[in-house]
This record gives sequence, C-alpha cells and structure tokens, in this order.
Amino acid sequence: MAIVRFADQKLFRNPWADFERMRRELDALFQGGGPEASGRGAVFPALNVSEDPAHLYVRAEIPGVAASEVEISIEGDTLTIRGERQTCKAEEKCSYHRREIECGRFSRAITLPTKVQVDKVEAKAADGIITITLPKAEAVKPKQIKVNVG
Amino acid sequence: MTEKEMQIQQKQEVQQAGEPTKPEKQYVPAVDIFETAEAVNVLAEMPGVAKEGVEIELENETLTIRGVMAPVVCEGETVLLQEFQPGSYLRKFTVAETIDQEKIQATMADGVLTLVLPKLAPAKPRRIEVRGS
Repeated sequence: MAIVRFADQKLFRNPWADFERMRRELDALFQGGGPEASGRGAVFPALNVSEDPAHLYVRAEIPGVAASEVEISIEGDTLTIRGERQTCKAEEKCSYHRREIECGRFSRAITLPTKVQVDKVEAKAADGIITITLPKAEAVKPKQIKVNVG
Repeated sequence: MTEKEMQIQQKQEVQQAGEPTKPEKQYVPAVDIFETAEAVNVLAEMPGVAKEGVEIELENETLTIRGVMAPVVCEGETVLLQEFQPGSYLRKFTVAETIDQEKIQATMADGVLTLVLPKLAPAKPRRIEVRGS
C-alpha cells in the first residue's frame, strides 16, 4: 500500500517536473548503479533503516569494532554513530602482503524521519552489525479513531 | 584516539565466470594478510556472518574463504533506506608457503575472521648415502 502524505500533494503542477525527474534519473544512471545505489557514494558505516508502526530500526554494518567502542547519540532528530576502528596491529617482525581493511575514526549522522522516545532507544551488536531500535514518540504512532454514530 | 580519519571503501562484488544459481549478492571481503616467522595471518572483514556461516578450505595451495550472512529478520517492516544487502562473501588465495594443515586456527569476532595458518617447519636436509653395489 502506497502512503500518500498530505504534504506530498502539490497545489500547482510544475510543467518542468517531468523534465527534472528525467534529469535526476539520467544522473543516477551515469553515476553507475541501479535504483538502490543511486545518490550514494561510499559510506561508512552502511546503514539500513526500516520502520514498523511502533519502531524505527537502524542497522549499521561496522565490522571489527567492539560494541563498547561505538558511540551512538541522538540530538534533536539527528542520530550520530561514531567510533574508531583499531584493527591495525603493528606487530613486530611481520611483513604485510595486503592491507585492505581500513582503520581510523568514523562518524555518520542521519536525520530520523519521525520523532522518537530518546530515553527508550536500545542498541545491540551481533557479528559486526549493530541494530538500533528506536521507539516512535507517542504523538506519531498510528491511532485508531472510532466514529460514533449518533 | 589517533587522529587518522578512516578511508572509506565500497563493498566489491565478486566478478566470476560462472553465474550463481541463487539471486543473492556475492561480495569480496576486504582482507589484511601478514606473515610472521611462524605463520601467515589472514584477517577478513565479513559483517553479518556468524561463526557457523564461515567455511574455510585449503586444497592444493588454494585457500577459499566463504561466509554466508545470517538472515536478518525484519518482518512487517517497511524499508526506508538500504545501503547494504544480504549476501555471501567469497575469496580465494594461492598460498605459496607450506602450511601445517592440522594447526590452522580460525576465530570470528565482530564480523572479522582471523585465520592463522602456521607454517610447516622446514624439512631437515637429509643426506642420502650412495651405496656401492
């Protein structure tokens, strides 16, 4: 089911809207990648965001970082994930053949689409993926409204 | 905290001759390989792979690392943003050193596989006496 929000409906039709859409799609095409890759470069950590009626879920792919070293904070409606990866072992008397795993500091911020209950946010880590569960604020949860006959 | 910013790389997909039968993606895990006097160490980055999903094979000097991502249960959820997708990891290496196959150790922690391949002790030179008939 497609949800049409009230704000999505335009009051006036822009005669150039189709051309703008076409230009955006062509840009995405030349950047390489299909619809899921459009508009994104290389990012770290990669995020998956999904929602159900009561929660928002943010899953971040952060391999090689202990859960205790990841710092998650919420300020207003911005969720920030910050940390440092320290897999670079400077061992004595060893020669590196390949070094592809990057290390160093990383941080990423996203704007949450709805208001959340900041004090009830939970995060858990498993196999290099951190799942952050954000309960939506009471005000934005869907509510059933009864129609009274009378 | 060191002052180094992390360089960001994109996940690479496996370029292979044969097409997989499953429609899932196959990624190339990023690796660090370093060698000490005793062993060859391989670190492979495979986020989402539990230790049950890792398969390591060493056959005829070819080391194969395979990892299957555990499925993430997200029933009844609407996807808003998707930057990574489930799939599997596959990478093969040719190991030049002689490896003591019995003593290979593998551990999985936080989505990173650590593989220690101990080198076989060099064979002692054996003197062969030539006997007269």
